Amino acid sequence: MSSRRSRSRQSGNSRITDDQITDLVSKLQQLIPELRGRRSDKVSASKVLQETCNYIRNLHREVDDLSDRLSELLASSDTDSDQAAIIRSLLM
Amino acid sequence: MKPQNLMNPTSSSSLKSRFTTRFLRALSRINARKQFTSTSSPREIFQRYRRIKVAADKSMAYSVRSKRRWSRVMLSKLRSRSSSNSFSSVRLRRVKKSSATKTGHEKEAKIKSGGDQEEADELRELVPGGEAMDLCNLLDETAHYIKCLNTQVQVMRKIVDFYSP
Repeated sequence: MSSRRSRSRQSGNSRITDDQITDLVSKLQQLIPELRGRRSDKVSASKVLQETCNYIRNLHREVDDLSDRLSELLASSDTDSDQAAIIRSLLM
Repeated sequence: MKPQNLMNPTSSSSLKSRFTTRFLRALSRINARKQFTSTSSPREIFQRYRRIKVAADKSMAYSVRSKRRWSRVMLSKLRSRSSSNSFSSVRLRRVKKSSATKTGHEKEAKIKSGGDQEEADELRELVPGGEAMDLCNLLDETAHYIKCLNTQVQVMRKIVDFYSP
């Protein structure tokens, strides 16, 4: 992995360097389960962005689905007394 | 290398606990509004679903506070939405491409040649406030947004499991 930290080779106007973007893209890549194990030079930035979009959409859909299930489950439960138990199980 | 997870106040474990507390509180409030009949009508269930979804997003945005642009944008959208009380769009997506961002895009196009522009724009629509961000900020915000979404999903799953028979 190249560790060069060269300054931008473009004109002085743009402060965004290629390296910065590459770093951010590879950081993003590590967050996406699909692409996590692969070497960053084998996955194009375009692919990372694409998979990121898909992943975010999936997460949105999952939140929707969980909200839906919660709305049905809550119909028959008393949340106040359960709160402490939930928090305990979640955070311990 | 500075130590990230333990010292950072927005580390995932404290974010998780902030989100959990807020979200559970919101759920109690939502639950308290239900009718006294034992079975809820589909319309009630749908309304509750909406409220839970908004509560989940709101809890997440409040837990992040204004540390991030996406949470600031989400909070202002949620606030204006509650005052106007319109349920038009579920994910509050607004595709507005001002001319200022166009010139920024051209600069980025020189930096990143190839077909990245479309995907970046697509990403801009998905991340709150993404429309006005340059690529660098967009990538940074996206990473944080994904971490928070993961936390949200994780916590909601646990709650659903807890209440499942």
